Amino acid sequence: MARTVWDSSVGKKTVMAVSGLIMLLYLVAHMIGNLKIYFGAEEFNRYAHWLRTVGEPFMHYEWTLWLIRVVLVVAVVAHAVSAYQLSRRDIKARPDKYVHKKPRASYATRTMRWGGVILGLFIVWHILDLTTGTVHPGGFQEGRPYQNVLDTFSTWYGNVIYIVAMLALGLHIRHGFWSAAQTLGAGSRTRDRALKTVANILALLLTAGFIAVPVGVMTGVVS
Amino acid sequence: MKLTLRVWRQKNADADGAMSTYEVDGISSDMSFLEMLDTLNEELILKGEDPVAFDHDCREGICGACSLVINGEAHGPERTTTCQLHMRSFKDGDTIDIEPWRASAFPVIKDLVVDRSALDRIIQAGGYITAPTGAAPEAHATPVPKPDADFAFEHAECIGCGACVAACPNGAAMLFTSAKVNHLNVLPQGAPERETRVLDMVAQMDDEGFGGCTLTGECATACPKGIPLVSITSMNKEWLRAARKAAKR
Repeated sequence: MARTVWDSSVGKKTVMAVSGLIMLLYLVAHMIGNLKIYFGAEEFNRYAHWLRTVGEPFMHYEWTLWLIRVVLVVAVVAHAVSAYQLSRRDIKARPDKYVHKKPRASYATRTMRWGGVILGLFIVWHILDLTTGTVHPGGFQEGRPYQNVLDTFSTWYGNVIYIVAMLALGLHIRHGFWSAAQTLGAGSRTRDRALKTVANILALLLTAGFIAVPVGVMTGVVS
Repeated sequence: MKLTLRVWRQKNADADGAMSTYEVDGISSDMSFLEMLDTLNEELILKGEDPVAFDHDCREGICGACSLVINGEAHGPERTTTCQLHMRSFKDGDTIDIEPWRASAFPVIKDLVVDRSALDRIIQAGGYITAPTGAAPEAHATPVPKPDADFAFEHAECIGCGACVAACPNGAAMLFTSAKVNHLNVLPQGAPERETRVLDMVAQMDDEGFGGCTLTGECATACPKGIPLVSITSMNKEWLRAARKAAKR
């Protein structure tokens, strides 16, 4: 079964759909968690600490968090590798362009590939900035995420990178969620409008929810 | 009508091609697009030049032979086959770009003629029913629910012209393959080979070098027979079902 799926273009799309939905699910939780920044340093930092103690005493400190991280890394890698291989196949299948160009599919559809690359690079920066603290502006403080978030969004480039990436995320989800439904065979004529609406709502909510954090810092609501 | 045509000319599969410009005059708006090209070819022959090669057969929109990308759109501006496109869709003085279907699975043979036998090989991989042939059986012997019959018929309308492949930015044959898979898989006659059909046809589609689906919807917009984009969704569902069943065997 695994061989059949990985060797087929339709199967590889299934891998993309499933890994994409896993990441989407995580993003919803991540976005809701982020919004706690509006309720002060104490609540935000307590929430961040709780993330490490989830599942105790069954799970040891940080076990659940690491489990989630492993699942996410597998999803990101599976998504990116399938996307790369499928894109190579697609580009090879249409080597000659038409001389007469015509306006093509929607912006969200056309930007899936580059949008995905932008998001991949963003994830690397985001982890180096706020998880490991490697490229963090100012002194990175372990266990004090509230201050770390403030530091990042006090720099112009932190805001620019983050907001651009979140706009790319919105576009990616807009086409990606609906596409995943089609790939998994969940779409239908009667359900099409509903699926597109859900995709748009998810894209809008996630983008707005994530961007609310740098906007909060920039406007001084979060300080 | 007086028109300027920019036509893709290519001597053979190995030669480099280029767009050539021609002027045609005295075109009636009642002519079909192919009759307009016939007019051009008659003039070229009289001048001793090589006529433009293009595919055509029935000229009534049911055989799927004609295949031109007109002004960047497969089969041109109307939702029909090139042979059923009439010159009333254009204006006097227009410049019209005419190109062949573009996909690496459809190599150009000459000018506007491409080799579409890759689609035939997809059909050979499973687009049929292994059952005793002979005299047509009594139609009522195998009851088919009305919605299933309608679904099958909608997909059976595919004439295999390849406009979906030509329109797709990935050169994918997903809409064609899905039309054929859905047509047979929904019917009781197609049931015994339901799983092997979809698995084999998709595998053949991949082997032929067609791209994958990124759901841009260009195929369904270009399809002269109105095969809907959701056909691809139905085929994905069939494929996943078949892959699961095959794994259990």
